[in-house]
Amino acid sequence: MYEYRAPRRDIRFVLHEVLEVEKVLAAGGREDVNRELIDSILDEGARFAENVLSPLNWQGDWHGGPRLENGRVSTPPGFREAYRQFCTDGWAGMAADPAIGGQGLPDVAYIAVGEMLCASAMAWRMCSGLSEGAVLALSRHGSAELQARFLGRMVTGEWTGTMCLTEPHSGTDLGIMRTKAEPQADGSFRITGTKIYISWGEHDMADNIVHLVLAKLPDAPSGTRGISLFLVPKLLDGRPNGVSCASLEHKLGIHGSPTCVMNFEGAQGWLVGQPNGGLACMFTMMNHARLGVGLQGLGLSERALQASIAFAYERLQGRAPRGALERDKMADPIIVHPDVRRMILTQKAMTEGQRLLCFYAYLLIDVEQHAPDEGTRKRAAELVALLVPIVKSFLTDWAVENTALAVQVHGGAGYVRDTGVEQYYRDAKIACIYEGTNGIQALDLLGRKVLGTAGQSVKTMIDEIAALLKSDLPADFAPWAQRLQGLLAQWAELTKTVAERSAKDPEELAAAATDYLNFCGYVLVAWCWLRMARVAKRALEAGSGERAFYEGKLVAARFYFERVLPRADAHAAGARAGAAGIPMLQREQLEA
Amino acid sequence: MRRIMVCVKRVVDYNVRIRVKPDGTGVVLDGVKMSVNPFDEIALEEALRIKERGEADEVVAVSIGPDDAQQQLRTALAMGADRAILVKTTDVVEPLAAAQVFLTLVQKEQPQLVILGKQAIDDDAAQTGQMLAALWDRPQATFASKVELAGAAALVTREVDAGLETIEVDLPAVVTTDLRLNEPRYVKLPDIMKAKKKPLDVVELASTGVSAGETLKSVLVEPPKPRSKGVMVKDVAGLVDALKKKGLL
Ligand SMILES: Cc1cc2nc3c(=O)[nH]c(=O)nc-3n(C[C@H](O)[C@H](O)[C@H](O)COP(=O)(O)OP(=O)(O)OC[C@H]3O[C@@H](n4cnc5c(N)ncnc54)[C@H](O)[C@@H]3O)c2cc1C
Repeated sequence: MYEYRAPRRDIRFVLHEVLEVEKVLAAGGREDVNRELIDSILDEGARFAENVLSPLNWQGDWHGGPRLENGRVSTPPGFREAYRQFCTDGWAGMAADPAIGGQGLPDVAYIAVGEMLCASAMAWRMCSGLSEGAVLALSRHGSAELQARFLGRMVTGEWTGTMCLTEPHSGTDLGIMRTKAEPQADGSFRITGTKIYISWGEHDMADNIVHLVLAKLPDAPSGTRGISLFLVPKLLDGRPNGVSCASLEHKLGIHGSPTCVMNFEGAQGWLVGQPNGGLACMFTMMNHARLGVGLQGLGLSERALQASIAFAYERLQGRAPRGALERDKMADPIIVHPDVRRMILTQKAMTEGQRLLCFYAYLLIDVEQHAPDEGTRKRAAELVALLVPIVKSFLTDWAVENTALAVQVHGGAGYVRDTGVEQYYRDAKIACIYEGTNGIQALDLLGRKVLGTAGQSVKTMIDEIAALLKSDLPADFAPWAQRLQGLLAQWAELTKTVAERSAKDPEELAAAATDYLNFCGYVLVAWCWLRMARVAKRALEAGSGERAFYEGKLVAARFYFERVLPRADAHAAGARAGAAGIPMLQREQLEA
Repeated sequence: MRRIMVCVKRVVDYNVRIRVKPDGTGVVLDGVKMSVNPFDEIALEEALRIKERGEADEVVAVSIGPDDAQQQLRTALAMGADRAILVKTTDVVEPLAAAQVFLTLVQKEQPQLVILGKQAIDDDAAQTGQMLAALWDRPQATFASKVELAGAAALVTREVDAGLETIEVDLPAVVTTDLRLNEPRYVKLPDIMKAKKKPLDVVELASTGVSAGETLKSVLVEPPKPRSKGVMVKDVAGLVDALKKKGLL
């Protein structure tokens, strides 16, 4: 069983050396969040994640997860205590506005801690992560009265929040949901219906649970324009409010997180935002929620990478192809095998490259909110919108791949339970599914973000990347720069082709979407590696005493360009292939 | 004002795998994570608990070291110290010089208690507290595993070779902490944010009138030799032979 070690060095590398967040934040009026403060926060966040949370991860899994008895859900041993400490130590409100009792951390500092929380105990972290989302929605759209009544205790973590969207027949297609809301004389509503798959819908870590529920008003128009958002507490003034957990799901991973069937039986609730404006409210927190799921993927990839490295230097098996390296041992450590190094470097290249991509996206949220001039804010908003579906989908699909590679590096020891690596693999898959499946992310990217802006946001991103290529790069990076230059041209051309076809036939858009998203992902991570390699190279030339750290970066950058980036071409081909090749099929055409 | 002074040293984090510089002049510090010396964290925790019991009014954290040591003092402030003083120097500060510097601070601050870690995990000297007590001419209670204040005295339980011993020392006094004295608290996020606003004075070493620098010369720093491979012996006689050959029997 591996304990988690927060990758503080790499996080500092990304934040300080590559993104130079201190400067960016200062430009937005957050001079108070300097490097020293960020490092202190990283240190304490790491201490909590490593010492308190990490041991809970496998306990929550082995214990079999939460139990439902008489309508009450009890969480695995240790979960409650850790949650209490999380609240008393002030982490629960880390991102929230100081005006409502939060700590007001900039997003980019908040997610550095967020990554550690996801990596150390993803199932446990979902609870507070969902609450943060609920706080955000409520603080933007809730009435002053609702805010006064609920927000304070949600920010401190005394009460947690949920998101209740999914119903048995209504998952991706929210427009067909049935839960109804009947207006009452006092201005409140009675909510009736069944929601399923509700994470942390019921549990014993907090005194009360504030559900944010999507439902339909009696006169609501059909489809997604007829959905409203309601706040429905589990307890009202300490008394039950017609909200109950009917059962818990048994599932592939994240066993520590209760996935609840929730029944609302005339539960009292209040409207949040406008009538029939529920989805609009959801949209304001969507960027955070989706990046947050990408972050879960990143956390698991990191944890899996750590395990792979540790195992590869310990496990003795076989001899190096060029002859034994450790003659006095019965065999060499498996790191001597190029194929094992291929697996570990793939993990390293993707995990660290994606870390920069993800942190960059969060930093842009800070810029979007705080930059002094409007042009900069607008540009950041445009890029955030573009990057969100990519980060969500690309990082979670790769978390499945990375954790699978970790299992493979471990051989049989990875498949059986003892090392804990198989848990990472099982935990990873859900992130591809919830908060909008990855297929839906691809449609959002290509439909709304790319074609919806007539390609403008892609152009902005391409310009940003081209700026790096025009800057003074070390001479030996020329092949990488050329390669990236070529991909940018391909990106522009691909966007144009798909746009033209989609204008004639919506099926074309849908048929190209996932390959298009993945193509973008590989190009963006190539850009990230070029940025990191440049910093690493300069540090080495300046005689840094951390040679190994920076040399490792250069090896990973090269590996990425030589052995991972070619996948971009495969996805470009897929995106270009068109809808004709994946026609609507008769079932008999598929079945043997 | 009943004041406690806590001495805090910036050292390589205890989790870091130490690497020796190839030229043997010391250990690699570039980019290495630095932290508060763990024993000093315990010292600070004890001071904070005494204050929280209402038996002290102020906790002052002090350090001697480079400008970067402000980071460790900020951690101390985040844990709960009221203010901090850094005596700035990039010179090597050996235990005697450290004790002399602390003495100047003691004379200025007039604490009823000075708490230090029993040793710092970088040089493991375990001398500064004792030297400070001698220079100050006040009682010392080293290797404490329990500290109780009783009026003008402190009852301190010490970890000694034979077990535990409890002594009473008149205040003001110097206490050095052992590992089992307490478990330092987790720092709260709001306190990290607040720590930035607490006073942290920086004074130059020269202003204390103490001169630092190496009076001891370190000749060579070497990593421990890797353990050589074990030898299999056939039987007991073989074992006895082998031990004899090594001069162990
Ligand atoms: C462990 C767990 C926790 C969850 N937590 C929550 C929660 O807290 N709150 C909550 O409300 N929900 C939650 N969910 C539900 C989750 O968000 C949904 O499962 C998800 O949105 C997909 O919906 P679905 O399961 O109905 O799949 P479906 O919508 O039936 O999708 C099936 C497949 O069809 C594809 N598909 C569907 N529609 C389209 C389309 N228009 N275009 C292209 N492809 C399409 C999907 O991508 C998917 O591959 C959770 C689910 C799980 C398993």
